[in-house]
Amino acid sequence: MHIVVCIKQVPDSAQIRVHPVTNTIMRQGVPTIINPYDLFALEEALRLKDRLGASVTALCMGPPTASESLRKALTFGADRAVLLTDRYFAGSDTLATSYALSMALTKIGEEFGTPEIVFTGKQTIDGDTAQVGPGIASRLKLNQLTYISKIVVTDLEAGRITVERRAETGTQVLATKLPVLITMLEATNEMRRGTIAQALEAARAEIITWNAADVGIEDLTRCGLRGSPTIVKKVFAPTARSEAAEMIAAEGTMDAKARAVVDAIFGRAPGVEDDLTARALHHYV
Amino acid sequence: MAEMEDAFDAIVVGAGPSGNAAAYTLAKEGLSVLQIERGEYAGSKNVQGAILYSDALEKIIPEFREEAPLERHVIEQRMWSMDDTSHTGMHYRSGDFNEEKPNRYTILRAQFDKWFSAKVKEAGALVLCETTVTELVKDLTGRVIGVRTDRQGNPIFAPVVILAEGVNGLVGQRSGLRPEIAPESVALAVKEMHFLPRETIEARFNLKGNEGVVIEAMGTITRGMTGTGFLYTNEESISVGIGCIVSDFAQGEVTPAELLEAFKAHPSIAPLLEGSEVKEYAAHLIPEGGYKAIPQLTGDGWIVVGDAGQFVNAVHREGSNLAMTTGRIAAETVVALHRKGEAMDGYTLKEYERRLEATFVMKDLKKYKGIPGLLDANKATFFGTYPRLFSQAMQTWFRVDGVDKKTKEKAILKSFRDSRSLRGLLGDAWRVARAWR
Repeated sequence: MHIVVCIKQVPDSAQIRVHPVTNTIMRQGVPTIINPYDLFALEEALRLKDRLGASVTALCMGPPTASESLRKALTFGADRAVLLTDRYFAGSDTLATSYALSMALTKIGEEFGTPEIVFTGKQTIDGDTAQVGPGIASRLKLNQLTYISKIVVTDLEAGRITVERRAETGTQVLATKLPVLITMLEATNEMRRGTIAQALEAARAEIITWNAADVGIEDLTRCGLRGSPTIVKKVFAPTARSEAAEMIAAEGTMDAKARAVVDAIFGRAPGVEDDLTARALHHYV
Repeated sequence: MAEMEDAFDAIVVGAGPSGNAAAYTLAKEGLSVLQIERGEYAGSKNVQGAILYSDALEKIIPEFREEAPLERHVIEQRMWSMDDTSHTGMHYRSGDFNEEKPNRYTILRAQFDKWFSAKVKEAGALVLCETTVTELVKDLTGRVIGVRTDRQGNPIFAPVVILAEGVNGLVGQRSGLRPEIAPESVALAVKEMHFLPRETIEARFNLKGNEGVVIEAMGTITRGMTGTGFLYTNEESISVGIGCIVSDFAQGEVTPAELLEAFKAHPSIAPLLEGSEVKEYAAHLIPEGGYKAIPQLTGDGWIVVGDAGQFVNAVHREGSNLAMTTGRIAAETVVALHRKGEAMDGYTLKEYERRLEATFVMKDLKKYKGIPGLLDANKATFFGTYPRLFSQAMQTWFRVDGVDKKTKEKAILKSFRDSRSLRGLLGDAWRVARAWR
């Protein structure tokens, strides 16, 4: 089985700051990380590899420095890493990104075998759109499984997969035919620590690097800024709210403390109680 | 597939200035080098805001100025003796420092270390981050033959391990190469990065372009503890901090954070920081025990460099240059032995110490070997009495109030005699002179 995990290198949002004068995002010197949601996808792929014996390819589109994130993916245990990089990709929105990635995925399929599963995280922390995964699925005609919390059964012989999907109303159990694209939900697993041998191998590994032409992109107007109908009109820092925090003092049992908190919330926002009661009744009925 | 045993010509533990200097020098000379760093990347464990002394780095990467992330070159040094409301300063500013190859720079360590690490990789070393060396692997004779890490798997072997692990030196300590660092030999420094627009910094410090100012301060700001405060101008930020010997902090009179708050609120410092926004806060240990605190530096299969070897000149606030120099010289020693095919044992590696003796590193540390003891024994005098006396004297001298100068002179001399006595003054002068020698 061949699994491809799409990862993105993003600025570490915990360390990003807004310039106090110009109000722009200060990217300089901000460390980059693998999009945290993608790590759940990568770990799930590695678990499938452990269980069923798969080869795992990590794919990343980004500037040349994104090879750092790919190397990290190798340290965790991915078998190969592909960097898709070209200055024509700069400024890509989700439409252009999913196009470039699906071209790279096609090329990966030709070179290393067609993937049965393509993983992405549920979304990135810098764009927050959750559109690239579904975009790839629709371009490559893959069955689309989004917000997946668990992979229940992967039956390679029958070419079927059963997963659990978290939905607003509860957990859905879905079964479909391979190949699929899965966007993995957060907190569904915990990333492993690669062995010393994997770490050394990753440090030595050659990152496969492709540009637009390498993956067969001829029409460059479908890439980067030109291929991106989305426009960022304005970036601004929301003004800080000055609401004082309130300490709720409560003695006694856990229940009593919880009640004190709930009472305080209901006291401040009476609508909440009615709303919750209505919802609870609705479920009950 | 059977797990292959990995072996290198040398293993470097740590990717700070000393480790990077060592790994770069080794790799550049063609040795196979593995460098292991516990942080997410080189510099990630680092405290922002530092001074880079060109000379030490020039000897390793002569063209560093063209590529390294540097903030400002230092054209002015201010030395302040502070009491609670004033400072008596000695400033040296020179247009000569606006030279083609400036002598000192302010840097942000996280960015600088990352650059240095990239150079190490370019030179051909294998750099493993997010990996902690847990212990040194020894053979039956006690000779160090490799390292074990916190990652699952076999140990990694090399004929020599260069310990550039920083001030705590946990690997060397755990492996029994040296005792735990004494609280008297280490300072705890807290510092903050304050964001300010470039123009504000330049106006406030009278700077043009990439010129920078460094302020080093001592006095009542450390509340009678041995320590110093500092302020560096970066491109778009100011690093401000204060540090004292850990055993002094342990007396529990004041916390490092309180000390820093008071320093920032001092009337001489506050206006320099006004309107700034704190970007980050960090604490770091600095080995300040000097010459007498230097541990065993070499043994069978191991060498110690940088902070782990206590290579800091606390009097001149120099550290990274000693770190890089010791890293480079350790590497050069290893390269020479490697070329000759000689064993890297306690006897042959002694060459590292001999080479160090001939450099400013050992000469300077030896020169000031008496200073840490002197300061520790006379904390109240040097960090309280004298700064107050200087301030009072200056105020008496410069305040125009109808009192004649002769009377002022007498009053100043009397204030010194009253608080230190003539014998005390002469004794202090003699002790300082002896320690300075």
